[in-house]
Amino acid sequence: MPLSDFLLRLGDDRLINGHRLSEWCGHGPILEEDIALANISLDLVGQANLLLELAGKEEGQGRTADTLAYFREGTEFRNALIMELPRGDFAFTTTRQFLVSVFDALYLERLQNSKHSDLAGIAAKAFKEVRYHARHSADWMLKLGDGTAESHQRTQASVDELWRFTGEMFEMDALEIDLVEQGVAVDRTALREAWRAEVTRVFQAATLTVPDDGFMQRGGREGRHTEHLGHLLAEMQIVARSFPGAEW
Amino acid sequence: MVGAVRAREEFWDAVRGVLDPEVPVLSVVDLGIVRDVREEGDTVVVDVTPTYSGCPAMRVIEDDITTALKEAGAVSVRVNTVFHPVWTTDWISEDARERLRAYGIAPPTGTAPVNNELIPLQRRVEVVPCPRCGSRTTELRSDFGSTACKAIWYCVSCADPFEYLKPI
Repeated sequence: MPLSDFLLRLGDDRLINGHRLSEWCGHGPILEEDIALANISLDLVGQANLLLELAGKEEGQGRTADTLAYFREGTEFRNALIMELPRGDFAFTTTRQFLVSVFDALYLERLQNSKHSDLAGIAAKAFKEVRYHARHSADWMLKLGDGTAESHQRTQASVDELWRFTGEMFEMDALEIDLVEQGVAVDRTALREAWRAEVTRVFQAATLTVPDDGFMQRGGREGRHTEHLGHLLAEMQIVARSFPGAEW
Repeated sequence: MVGAVRAREEFWDAVRGVLDPEVPVLSVVDLGIVRDVREEGDTVVVDVTPTYSGCPAMRVIEDDITTALKEAGAVSVRVNTVFHPVWTTDWISEDARERLRAYGIAPPTGTAPVNNELIPLQRRVEVVPCPRCGSRTTELRSDFGSTACKAIWYCVSCADPFEYLKPI
């Protein structure tokens, strides 16, 4: 089912990104930020729940959001690689969130007009939430980039490390091109300029350098992941797999 | 398909009696998340739209609505999740805003800022008066607070933080 495959991509991006953020719970640099990271995580996991539930419904084989989240193998996940990279230090987490949230806001703003009405509704809700994520992470990019020598260095290093994972967010394939033609999905390539402009504007204010586009990592949409996803899934899925059907 | 009719007042009253578990001065109707209550044969059907995608209170709210309707005599109850139109804090009534303030949570100011610039580099000029002393000398501490729907603000006059139901 092409539509459910597409919904898995959207759902998995948020599930894996949300899980990485949840790892900060109890470890945030200050209490307010601990709470903020947990809240952003909650928004993303909530969006993933709605999207995966819809994916299961469109697939029509009785799979729910829970079965999709907890009982798939790594090779069946369709998230972009940038989502699964280990959380790193606070600068790394913040930089990833900023790069992803700006993309997400641009994408969801357009996905609100999808001809698939449930998807349009989920996107409209998620868009409002992600605007807060983008603003919040942009605030931190300014504080860290234009902060101390150490915070600047750590943030620029994170930007340089993450940049080669940003290309995958804009990748289109036959599946999504077809869904764009049907008015269901959004053309990712068309968002590149707007994303770059927004990122550049914030980086300039944050005294950070925008890297040149070079080699870009890819593979997540086809289930080719980094080694890090397996470790993440082991932790995320262990309880559901050890006690199938458990309720709490 | 059984024809649907607007639910009887006693069922509406039952739903109006269900409070938001996180903000127990607001009912789910005050919040604007109940979009419709109707009867389809023996079944009372309630359309609910989520506040936030990940709000953990939504499941509790659905259970509370079901319980309240059964207590009011409904034979069976179905709670539907609807996504259109998308929930906004603009739907919270004036009266409900006043109750929020009295409870110690600053109500959303103005209307939801959906059409503003994505990332304003200049700090926002939003003024959120302290719900306790009314001072306008307050500052944003974090857009994220104890629940998804609240931000943390700080009142300089009280020298204390307070919660703000943020516009969305």
